[in-house]
Amino acid sequence: MNVTGRSVRQRRAAWWFVGPALVVIGVFFFVPVVAALAMSLTDFDIYALADLHNLRIVGLSNYIELLQRPLFWKALGNTFYFVVAGVPLSLGASLGTALLLNSPFARLQPFFRTALFAPVVTTVVAVAVIWRYLLGTRYGLLNYALGAIGVSPIDWLGDPSFAMPAIILFAVWKNFGYNMVILLAGLQNIPRELYEAARMDGASAFAQFRFVTLPMLAPILSIVGILTIAGYFQLFAEPYVMTQGGPLQSTLSILYLMYEEGFKYWNLGNASAVAFLLFVIIFAVTLLQTRQTRRLGFAP
Amino acid sequence: MIAKPAALAVNAVLAAAAIAAIFPLLWMLAASFMAPGEASTYPPPLVPVHPTLANYRELFAHAGIGRYLANSVLLAIAATALSLVFNTMAGYAFAKLRFAGRERLFKLMLGALVIPGQVAMVPLFLLLKQLGLVNTYGGVIVPALASIFGIFLVRQYALSIPDDLLEAARIDGASEWRIFRAVVVPLLRPIIVTLAVFTLLGTWNDFMWPLIVLSDQHLYTLPVALASLAREHVQDNELMMAGSVLTTMPVLVVFLLLQRYYLQGLMMGSVKG
Repeated sequence: MNVTGRSVRQRRAAWWFVGPALVVIGVFFFVPVVAALAMSLTDFDIYALADLHNLRIVGLSNYIELLQRPLFWKALGNTFYFVVAGVPLSLGASLGTALLLNSPFARLQPFFRTALFAPVVTTVVAVAVIWRYLLGTRYGLLNYALGAIGVSPIDWLGDPSFAMPAIILFAVWKNFGYNMVILLAGLQNIPRELYEAARMDGASAFAQFRFVTLPMLAPILSIVGILTIAGYFQLFAEPYVMTQGGPLQSTLSILYLMYEEGFKYWNLGNASAVAFLLFVIIFAVTLLQTRQTRRLGFAP
Repeated sequence: MIAKPAALAVNAVLAAAAIAAIFPLLWMLAASFMAPGEASTYPPPLVPVHPTLANYRELFAHAGIGRYLANSVLLAIAATALSLVFNTMAGYAFAKLRFAGRERLFKLMLGALVIPGQVAMVPLFLLLKQLGLVNTYGGVIVPALASIFGIFLVRQYALSIPDDLLEAARIDGASEWRIFRAVVVPLLRPIIVTLAVFTLLGTWNDFMWPLIVLSDQHLYTLPVALASLAREHVQDNELMMAGSVLTTMPVLVVFLLLQRYYLQGLMMGSVKG
């Protein structure tokens, strides 16, 4: 067989290789995403679910109604609270532990790394159940430990001003190991000579961190930041198990709102609008961060 | 010796952090062996006075957890096995087989990574309802059959396969399928294991989609069943801890055994930028 014959055959074979995966992704992801946009412009509800003749196109009114609903703003505010407080804490814990693991003094590095990473692979629902008890008001270990230093019991999951901080604490514990491993790999890739040169110039440990470690780590840090923010916007299982969105809707997230609108009240048009707004927000924040990153000169 | 206090401090902080990370898991294990009501005493006990398997017995005898465990195992293995085939084939083709629109298609898929999967959930539910897959195992598996991340992971790895090797096999008259089976798959083994661990843990831990698509209790996966049990049994700490042990231990064990592969995938995935 000649070369052209082979390449034609290869081309045909290629479609058999990518076809199945493309069909699955197309049918079960791309089509639904486009359909979500279309559905958000309709009043798809439980009546339309029974009979499609009840479906009407309502334009942007789902969005307009949503933007006038206090509950939507509440959910949006809660989600931003979770992201704005949770992401820096999470990244701080990741960077701190990565720096410690990377320290030449660190012993038993593989053991510590595995222990610190363990929460990442656990099931959110299961560990949320554990934390619900650790955070208990009367018999919870956290309040017991705080009691030892004279802090009176806090109703972590029952007090609207403590419920979100409790969920943030839980999320940081659950997630920091993921970025820790990535940042640790980044730290290990920084050439030793840079530190030696800095030391010879008399740079203190802090100066070395500020002028060698941080700039060298910046590209990875920004990617990790973008991915973590996008992930934290998708808060759902934690409040579902720990607080059911309460107390007083203080832990109701955007996705929780979508879930309730869509699969509890079957307002599927409305739920699609919520989902789409979430997507737009994540997209805008990602874009903003990527721009910022480029401007600062370390394009990922 | 200036180094000594510094070394002590680094290791002390590391040890404290490690304890904070695994303490909740150890407490879960300890509490799962406590007698009913024992954890709800003050001061909170750290270890069971008389270790008992009563909670586990109760879960299997009355809460039907055996069924949920079987559902989770079945679904995780089926989704992993099937998606490995789809993703490996596609990832290899995107790296090594020439076809029209390959680069554009790949860019489009990478771009789609910014779309959160939850955006698709409402229409996906309706689509699966039309296909009769709502409230079936199929409804959980079908959307997981292929993933952009999985294809990306395999593609990046497959790029390093030398073209000469494939070309030589072609000149020998081997079919593309035979080349894939006999030459490519053995070379891709490490990344296939990595992807397998990722997918297995991902499907096992998945919560929102099974929660939406499964309404019949008999089909519940462990996380969905556990969330529903946790709402019924608010007071039964020890019982819920046993349930959490059964849910988290399998993934922890898989992770500990295959941690090298898992961490490799995590690092490869993060540089996708």
